[in-house]
Amino acid sequence: MATVATCGGDAVGVGSAVATASKSNVTSFQRRGPRVSGTNDSGPRLVSITGTRPSVRNGQLLVSTGLPALDQLLGGGLAVGTVLLIEEDKYNIYSSLLFKYFLAEGIVNGHTLLVASANEDPANILQELPAPLLDNCKKEFDEDVYNHKTPESNIKMKIAWRYQLLPKMEQIRPVSSSRFGHYYDASKRIPQELIEASKWHGFFLPEKISPTLKVEPCSLTHGYIKLLQFIQNIIYEEGFDGSNPQKKQKNILRIGIQNLGSPLWGDDICCTENGDSGHNLTKFLYVLRGLLRTSLSACIITMPTHLIQNKAFIAHVTNLSDTVVGLESFIGSERETNPLYKDYHGLIHIRQIPRLNNLVCDESDVKDLGFKLKRKLFTIEH
Amino acid sequence: MFPELNNLLNTTPDRAEQGKLTLLCDAKTDGSFLVHHFLSFYLKANCKVCFVALIQSFSHYNIVGQKLGVNLTMARERGQLVFLEGLKSAVDVFFQAQEKPHPLQFLREASAGNLKPLFEFVRDALKPVDSGAAGWTYPVLLVDDLSVLLSLGLGAVAVLDFIHYCRATVCWELKGNVVVLVHDSGDVEDEENDILLNGLSHQSHLILRAEGLATGFCRDVHGQLRILWRRPSQSTSQRDQSLTYQYKIQDRSVSFFAKGMSPAVL
Repeated sequence: MATVATCGGDAVGVGSAVATASKSNVTSFQRRGPRVSGTNDSGPRLVSITGTRPSVRNGQLLVSTGLPALDQLLGGGLAVGTVLLIEEDKYNIYSSLLFKYFLAEGIVNGHTLLVASANEDPANILQELPAPLLDNCKKEFDEDVYNHKTPESNIKMKIAWRYQLLPKMEQIRPVSSSRFGHYYDASKRIPQELIEASKWHGFFLPEKISPTLKVEPCSLTHGYIKLLQFIQNIIYEEGFDGSNPQKKQKNILRIGIQNLGSPLWGDDICCTENGDSGHNLTKFLYVLRGLLRTSLSACIITMPTHLIQNKAFIAHVTNLSDTVVGLESFIGSERETNPLYKDYHGLIHIRQIPRLNNLVCDESDVKDLGFKLKRKLFTIEH
Repeated sequence: MFPELNNLLNTTPDRAEQGKLTLLCDAKTDGSFLVHHFLSFYLKANCKVCFVALIQSFSHYNIVGQKLGVNLTMARERGQLVFLEGLKSAVDVFFQAQEKPHPLQFLREASAGNLKPLFEFVRDALKPVDSGAAGWTYPVLLVDDLSVLLSLGLGAVAVLDFIHYCRATVCWELKGNVVVLVHDSGDVEDEENDILLNGLSHQSHLILRAEGLATGFCRDVHGQLRILWRRPSQSTSQRDQSLTYQYKIQDRSVSFFAKGMSPAVL
């Protein structure tokens, strides 16, 4: 019943909610040791960026990855200024799902998005994002906009919805504590109003490069250079690196890059044994990380590492990223029929967690983790 | 600096040896705590330190340094610490063409470059200032880490040349120390990394090797540290001395104990 009480308290304030239905996460934590070194932070200030919270271990600012279960394994969330590298599973089913969860979390929190892809138009990717399961259900949100009843009956309606809502959602913890991360319904699409209300930038590789252009030899593949310049432009123009002091409201830029390293980006690392003689991908990652460290952004990259034959290269890429998570799905492998794994869709390997501002990191004690995807929940279990 | 590690290495900031190359390597675990140790150690020993930090930002080292008792911001302001922040400089050198050669100039080149600009940066940073007695004892070069240079496209030979030049200048000419960190890829075959690691192992006076436990992850024992003292220039009339300890990293220090003697086990 404590759940109902707190949700009731939330509902009253939400009566006049507009597009971003989730409440902003204004905390009273002081942000110690901010990652953004170039800003005018001379001392600790109150954090007021939606959708972020400071880490309990080192005061690092964290954002949610969109999956509360993964947030827990990564020590509370993804640190702002770092790269989350996801090693794709063989058929790119679950890694693209994680990618979409990350972007959907950005929309729900009102962050700015930057989506880069070589094989799919970013607008299409955004259309396919899963619908968030919000505190007051989406249907109730629609009704609020249309009906003009008196506040008391509004509250009654909300309480009625509350009771109707409780058995439907499979909650592990009370909803009020998951302000930081949200649950998503993988079978439903995100409502169009949320997409239109959010700010996003898309980078679709075939649009940005014209194939007839004569490319002068330089240190990176043409596609990578364009992407880096694009990202740097957005960061600079929208003031994510603190260069624009008159921006009142600080926000986080969520960058998502899909299928990095695949042949569609013009990189031959996946095709040949000794590919990447120019070390394009590693240089790209290095400069990208440099950009992220000096701005309020977080990045998710999915990479088809199962296609890379040069294992030493994967070790280099792992060393150059901050957090690395590998997904292994059971589809098509002999593990699908293994009785040990019959409840799960695959394994998730946390390969690396960064030690930021600290000597130790939050490694979980358990290393064998399996995941399963239900309609409304993506659980990770031991 | 970790007092227990000082005891194991038999050094204190007051009477550390000079003219030495120390090699830190890690295999299957993160050896960056050793870098923090040496950084704070040499700052406390009142040395002039040039830190080439290629993998993390300045604030990261600063915050950990404060836990270990040194203030990097102040050290940088009074000239004791010269800090090359790799990530930030990479952004600068990549997006704008520089007039004079930048230490990380190789990022702009298509073919494999060399580290001459980086060496010149180090040499200018550590050369003794004649005017005004700054009073630093001896110069120290710290690099974190060299494997990043390999993954950015430089050959192992170029990196070995760079270390050779640095040793000649810092260790021989200026009687200082050099400390570098290299990742060991272990069972993954990485030829360039192996060449680099073997080449450096033969040149160094002290090798600190942090390894993960062979049995896997453990919450109470984070890994094993092998210490090897060598004398590369003299003939091996006396055998190289080697010690092995296990360690657990805590918030502000690292505790070492003999193998199997972890407090969790006893």
